[in-house]
Amino acid sequence: MFAGNETVATAEGLGGETFSRPSRLRTLLLGNRFRSGMVRLLLVYALLLFAAFLFLLPFYWMVNTALKPPNQVFTLPPTWIPKPAMWSNFLTAFTIQYETDPPVYNYALNTVIISVNGVIATIFSSALVAYAFARLEFPGKNAIFLGIVSTLMIPFAVVMVPQFIIWRNLNWLDTLWPLIVPHWFGSAWNIFLLRQFFMTIPSEYDEAAYLDGASRWHIFVRIILPLSKPALAAVAVFAFVFFWNDFLGPLIILSTPENFTLTLFLANFNVAYRGTPWHLYMAAALIIILPCLILFFFSQNAFLKGITVTDLKG
Amino acid sequence: MAFAVFTLFFDNSCVNRPGFCFNKLWLRFKAKKESYSVATTGLASSKSFWQSRRFRDAMVAYAFILPWVIGFILFVGGPIVASFVLSFFRWKMIAPPRFYGLTHYINMVTTDELFRTSIWVTFKFVLISVPIGQVLALGLALLLNQRVLLLGFWRSAFYLPAVVSGVAGSVIWVWMYHVELGIVNNGLALMGLEGRNWLFDRELVLGSLIVKSLWNIGIPMVIYLAALQGLPQQLYEAADIDGAGEGSKFFSITLPMLSPAIFFNVVMGIIAAVQTFAEPYVMTGGGPDNATLFLGLHLYQNAFHYLKMGYASAMAWIMFLLIFGLTVFQFGLASRWVYYEGGTR
Repeated sequence: MFAGNETVATAEGLGGETFSRPSRLRTLLLGNRFRSGMVRLLLVYALLLFAAFLFLLPFYWMVNTALKPPNQVFTLPPTWIPKPAMWSNFLTAFTIQYETDPPVYNYALNTVIISVNGVIATIFSSALVAYAFARLEFPGKNAIFLGIVSTLMIPFAVVMVPQFIIWRNLNWLDTLWPLIVPHWFGSAWNIFLLRQFFMTIPSEYDEAAYLDGASRWHIFVRIILPLSKPALAAVAVFAFVFFWNDFLGPLIILSTPENFTLTLFLANFNVAYRGTPWHLYMAAALIIILPCLILFFFSQNAFLKGITVTDLKG
Repeated sequence: MAFAVFTLFFDNSCVNRPGFCFNKLWLRFKAKKESYSVATTGLASSKSFWQSRRFRDAMVAYAFILPWVIGFILFVGGPIVASFVLSFFRWKMIAPPRFYGLTHYINMVTTDELFRTSIWVTFKFVLISVPIGQVLALGLALLLNQRVLLLGFWRSAFYLPAVVSGVAGSVIWVWMYHVELGIVNNGLALMGLEGRNWLFDRELVLGSLIVKSLWNIGIPMVIYLAALQGLPQQLYEAADIDGAGEGSKFFSITLPMLSPAIFFNVVMGIIAAVQTFAEPYVMTGGGPDNATLFLGLHLYQNAFHYLKMGYASAMAWIMFLLIFGLTVFQFGLASRWVYYEGGTR
C-alpha cells in the first residue's frame, strides 16, 4: 500500500520535472523520491527472500535427506544435492515392515478413515448447529452461543481423562470409534465460523422460501448449504488437516500397532528402527505431510477464507 | 433420530404437494381446531402458547442444536465436572477411587518438584514464543502488504508449515538440529561458527523449541494480512496531507486499527502455547534434565504412564485455570489498548 502510493507520487513528480528540466534520466536515477522508493522496494524483497529461505529450509532439508542414497546420509560435510536421487526411498519407507508391525499402508488406511469421517461429521453437525444460531429465534440463544464459544478455552487435557474413562467403560479403547463418534456433535470453532458466514447470506432468500411453505430443514439443505460452499470448503480443508495431523487423541486411545495412525507411526519410527535410517525417516515424513501440502496448493483460497471469514471486530 | 422426529412434525414443506404427508394431516387438524375456536370465541388470540408459531420455531431450533447439546453433555460438560470431582480422589484405575481431599493440590505445591518445573517451563515458553511469534507474523504481513509481485508464492512459503503436523514438523526439526548431520550446525560451520548441541543442552533446548514454534506462524500472519488489506485508505491519505512520516503512520493508524486482530491472535496463541504437547513429546521427551517438561507432557505422563488419573485431573484443572487466567487478564487489558471501530469499548 505504501509502495503503491509512492509510485504514483513519483510518476507525478517526474512528469512535472520533464517540463521544467531537460535531463530526465538524471532525475530518474538520482531523484530523491524515486531513489528512496527503489531502496525500499529492494529492502522489501531482500527481507521476503531471506524469510522465505528460512521458512522453506526445513522442507529443503527433508527432501534432500529423503532422496539420499543410504551411504550418503552419514557423510560429512553433508551433500547439499543428493546424487543420484534415490526415488526408491519413498517406496522403501512406505513398504518397509519391522518385525511384527503392520505395513505402513495399514496406518494410512486408519488415518484416511478417521480424516474422511472427521471432515463429513464436522461439516454436517457444525453447519446444523450454526444454522440455528444464524437464523432461528429461541429462548436462551445468546447464552448457549456464549457457552459454545467459551468451550474454545477449555484445554483438551481437562476432558481427556474422563473421556478416556468413558471409552474404557464402553470397551472402545484401542478401536477407532472414539476418534470417529465424538465429531458428529459439532465443533465449537466451526460452529462459530459457519454462523458468521451464514449471517452474511441475505435473509430474504429463506424468508421467501419460508413463505412458499419450505420447512427450516429444507431451507437449510436447499438454500443455506448451497450458498455456503466457500465456507464449507474452508471448514473441510481445516478439518482434514486437523484430523490428518491429530496426535494426542490417537495417542491415548490406540495401543496396538494395527490401529495406529500415521502420526503415531511417525512418532514411533525412531523407536522401531533403532538405528534411525534418517533418509527413510524423512521419506516417511514427506509422504505423511504430502496430502496436506497438495490440499493446500489446490485449495489455497479455501484456507485463506477459513482463516479470515470471522469478523474480528466482534 | 430425535431430529428426524422433530422435522417430521414441524415440516410444512409438502403443503402444496400431492401425496400423503403427516403434515397435511397435522395442518388439517390444526385448521379445523382453529376454525372451531375462532367460531366459538371469535378471538384469534385464544390460540394457546403450545400452538403458537414462536413455540414451534423454538422447538425446531432446539432440534437443530441438539447434536451440540448432546455432545456437550457427553464430551465436554460432563467430563469437566467429572474431572473436577476426580481431582479430589486418588484413583489408579485398579482399586476403586479413594477420597483424597485437597491432597493432590497440596502435593503439587509441596512435594512434586516436577510440577513446578513444568509450570515454569510452560510459562517461559508462552511468555517468549507468543510475543516473538506475533511480532514476526505482523512483520511478514506488513511485508506482504507492500504490493509485492508473486504475493501468492511468498504467502504460501510462510503459510506452508501450518499444514504440517506437529509430529512431522518436530521430526523434521530434530533432524535440522542434529549435532553432526543437521543443517543448522553445518550451516553455521559454513559461516565459520561453532555448532551447538541444540536439543541436548539444557540451557539451549527450550530456545530451540521456541525457534521451531516460530516456524508455525502462518495462521496469525494471514489474519494480520487480511486485517491490513481491510484498513480504510482515507486515514493514510489524510495522514499524508498532514505530512506524517512512515513511523507515525504505523504507530497512530496501522497498530490501533489492527488491535482487534492482535488481541485475537494473542489470545489464541496463548491458548495453543499452554497446551504444547507434540513438540516436546517427539523432540525431547521432556529432557534433558526436565528442561522441556511442559505441563501437557507432565500431565500426560502422570495420566497414561503412571495411571494417576486423579492427580492428572487436578493438573488439568490447573492448566485450565492458567489458560482462563491469562485469557481474562488479556480481556481486562484489552479495554486499554484494543480499538474497536465504531464500538464503545
